[in-house]
Amino acid sequence: MKFGVVVFPGSNCDADAYHAFKDALGQPTTYLWHKDHDLQGVDCVVLPGGFSYGDYLRSGAIARFSPLMQEVREFAGKGGLVLGICNGFQVLLELNLLPGAMLRNKRLKFLCQYVTIRVENDRTPFTRKGTKDQILRIPIAHFDGNWYAPPDTLKEVEDNGQVIFRYCDPEGRLTPESNVNGSLNSIAGLSNKNGNVMGMMPHPERAVESILGSEDGLVVLRSLLEKIS
Amino acid sequence: MNTLHDDAVLAQHNLTRDEYALIVKLIGREPNLTELGIFSAMWSEHCSYKSSKVFLKDLPTKASNVVQGPGENAGIIDIGDGQVIVFKIESHNHPSFIEPFQGAATGVGGILRDIFTMGARPVALMDSLRFGPLDNPRNRSIMEGVVSGISSYGNSIGVPTIGGEVYFDECYSLNPLVNVFCLGLAEKDKIFYAKTEAPGNAILYVGAKTGRDGIHGASMASQEFGEDTEAKRPNVQVGDPFKEKLLVEACLEVMERRIIIGIQDMGAAGLTCSTTEMPAKSGNGVEIDLDLVPQREKGMTPYEILLSESQERMLIAARPDQVPAVKAAFAKWDLDAVEIGKVTDGGRLKCRFHGEIVVDVPVTAVVDLCPAYQRPWKEPVTPARRAAAIAIPLPTNYTDILRRLLSSPTIANKEWVYRQYDHMVQTNTALLPGGGAAVLRIRGSKKGLAMTLDGNGRYAGLDPRTGGKAAVAEACRNLACVGARPIGVTNCLNFGNPEKPEVMGQFKAAVEGLSEGCRAFGIAVTGGNVSFYNETEGLAIDPTPVLGIVGLVEDIDRIVTPGFKGAGDTVILLGDNAEDFGGTEYLEVIGGTNDGPPPDIDLDREIAVQETLLQAITEGLVRSANDPSEGGLAVCAAECAFHSPEKIGCDLAFDEDLRPDAVLFGESQARILLTVRPENARRVLDIAETRGVPARAVGTTGGAALRIRVGGKLLVDLPVAEAYRLWMDAIPNYFAATKSST
Repeated sequence: MKFGVVVFPGSNCDADAYHAFKDALGQPTTYLWHKDHDLQGVDCVVLPGGFSYGDYLRSGAIARFSPLMQEVREFAGKGGLVLGICNGFQVLLELNLLPGAMLRNKRLKFLCQYVTIRVENDRTPFTRKGTKDQILRIPIAHFDGNWYAPPDTLKEVEDNGQVIFRYCDPEGRLTPESNVNGSLNSIAGLSNKNGNVMGMMPHPERAVESILGSEDGLVVLRSLLEKIS
Repeated sequence: MNTLHDDAVLAQHNLTRDEYALIVKLIGREPNLTELGIFSAMWSEHCSYKSSKVFLKDLPTKASNVVQGPGENAGIIDIGDGQVIVFKIESHNHPSFIEPFQGAATGVGGILRDIFTMGARPVALMDSLRFGPLDNPRNRSIMEGVVSGISSYGNSIGVPTIGGEVYFDECYSLNPLVNVFCLGLAEKDKIFYAKTEAPGNAILYVGAKTGRDGIHGASMASQEFGEDTEAKRPNVQVGDPFKEKLLVEACLEVMERRIIIGIQDMGAAGLTCSTTEMPAKSGNGVEIDLDLVPQREKGMTPYEILLSESQERMLIAARPDQVPAVKAAFAKWDLDAVEIGKVTDGGRLKCRFHGEIVVDVPVTAVVDLCPAYQRPWKEPVTPARRAAAIAIPLPTNYTDILRRLLSSPTIANKEWVYRQYDHMVQTNTALLPGGGAAVLRIRGSKKGLAMTLDGNGRYAGLDPRTGGKAAVAEACRNLACVGARPIGVTNCLNFGNPEKPEVMGQFKAAVEGLSEGCRAFGIAVTGGNVSFYNETEGLAIDPTPVLGIVGLVEDIDRIVTPGFKGAGDTVILLGDNAEDFGGTEYLEVIGGTNDGPPPDIDLDREIAVQETLLQAITEGLVRSANDPSEGGLAVCAAECAFHSPEKIGCDLAFDEDLRPDAVLFGESQARILLTVRPENARRVLDIAETRGVPARAVGTTGGAALRIRVGGKLLVDLPVAEAYRLWMDAIPNYFAATKSST
């Protein structure tokens, strides 16, 4: 399976994602330049973390206009797998490939720390290797990760099973303290209705080797290799 | 007669009459205003080190692993396997006081450019920060601004901020210190230097446009400038981490492809510095056309263009045939690369503006011929032995003092700070911030890099020589505690006004102390920065030498952390306790007069203790290690408990005939608290004995409390959970109190 990591100007987790898919997962991986109109035949597009275009306006707001996003949109429309991590999640929201929007973290500070998240739906291409209610320890690093949506959108997202991960405490309980950035319903990861596009604020690519403190990110990466039954 | 510029103009340019006379002699005529500005900037204390260089000569700068010592943008140390580290620390104190956010942010931007300009990809940042006490809202606001400035720049550019230190003391209230360290990794055969090489080579300007920000001497009367010059803007430089991120990628790309000859960043003194230093190193000159310099505003004068300190700009020298490829590489990243001039014979900087030559000076005069001063200095008066100890009554409740120490911001947990820094990006951080030295793995090898920033202004204030030595000893000890051996040093020397003999005396003594320390450890200083004039309203900071020391870890899987690893382990103390009270956090917390001598530094003992630990680590015996520093043994043991995932306590006992408060809270140096499985205790004690290091088992890990006996009496008995809350909440509480709305 071939992975493509998109490089926007200001992406800074592109190399981390590249290493994770290529070295930790052992799959052919390539960079995709934002100015190109070529997905190079990849099976999964990864929008990495960072500060695309400096994120001076609104996180991800400029990146959505990158030439390559046209192909990404078409690819997603045809059921292609798209994973947005952190800034990549923000870009997917701006592209309207995922519902809702991001607000600043509830305490108005950048947060870099390990969090625990709970797998809510294990029947997606991103979580097949996990089990429902499994708890993963994965780091976050963001300023704008406070997911928000109007009540009807939220209801739809919940009813459709589009919520993939929620922030929880180490025992799996949803508490105000464990919802570090203040996201609605503690949502940490979200898919589209078809389940082929997912955005998540935690960084699975930062948790793929024991030397880094956790290998729980591999649950997401390895899920992508599972044959769809 | 020297009549072109009057005393007021010279004063505004910080040049003395004698210096002016020397300039006239060197260039063979009186300089025009623009040329005066060039000399003013390049002969400033900041660029020329004119007050400090006679003393800095003492620093050991040579060692077998040194590839590049002081004098370049950053130092370079060989780490084997064809790789080098490029690292440096620099201060951004004054800008951070005026405008904390941008001051700190541009400090990060500046040090990053020093590293990648040499061909190294920046892989780590650290910051040494000092603020006034947090009960003062102004200090909180400075701290908040500085931390978010660092966070904003470092996070955006994607270089992890993996460690550092934060201290609080009244002397930093009006003089906060912001010292920023950066380390990059490069291949040994791909290092780049600031050089121009052959005449005929092109000079390219890359990066952000030039504006009127940060112009040296910009307080010049406005009538001296062009008619259309706008009123002067505040001299605050504004950082653009996004632009710098693009610059990093583009510069590293042209260096990797070897399509340039030399490169230098435009930091202090901007275009002036790079257009004189680069040719000076190659024995050439440079001729540039100022009209070609990309400008952000209209009507800029030659003076302004040459002395602007706008951020995110670099100067490149390339062969004419390389120019198209360089331009294409920068265009890919949406950056301009503009050819603004040529390398010339004859060693002169010539600048053309609207067709006329407006600057014509020999580059060596500007770069190398600034006078060096042997400023008058006075040997510091150091406190008499034991004065403070006698004055303190014995406490009645030791547990309560431990509570107060753990709540003291200098000792308390700094998560409020480092949680705002992305410390994991680039996925190499093997040891997260919060517990001593930071550790990065080196991808593709078994090795790791440990690094730490250390300095203690209180010790140096009482005795600068000891303070200098202490900074080296503690930094190396922090490295030893994770299992690393020191390989190189960078220093940031923060002092008051060097024109005062007392301050110059402090400087001289501190440099001697740290030289002695570095020599003892066999490590070289490869560069750094001197920051004088840290004085506001006549109040100077304590002399604050901050050392950044990098260590090599041979086996990344063997790194040791401070947290207790399980119950039932034996706790061993390496080194001796003594009645050391001077400069301690204990005295500060109980409101004692901090006038005793700081703890003695015995460098031989220090090295023996660290070698004992390193050998024990190599033999795989050590489960945890931590060194008592601020707050002494009691705080050290508490930290070991806090860093254990299960918050394991310990039972310790000390029997020596010393004041109990000295045993618990004294800050004697050359001590390490480590844990081993009981069956390995004997072996560690034997290693210590062979090396002549006092060592003894002082207790065991386990339970849910910190219990410490001295002289048979249980003096400290504190539940770990309670202690942990105090330690964790101290700093956030100061900020929460002011923001009840969230």
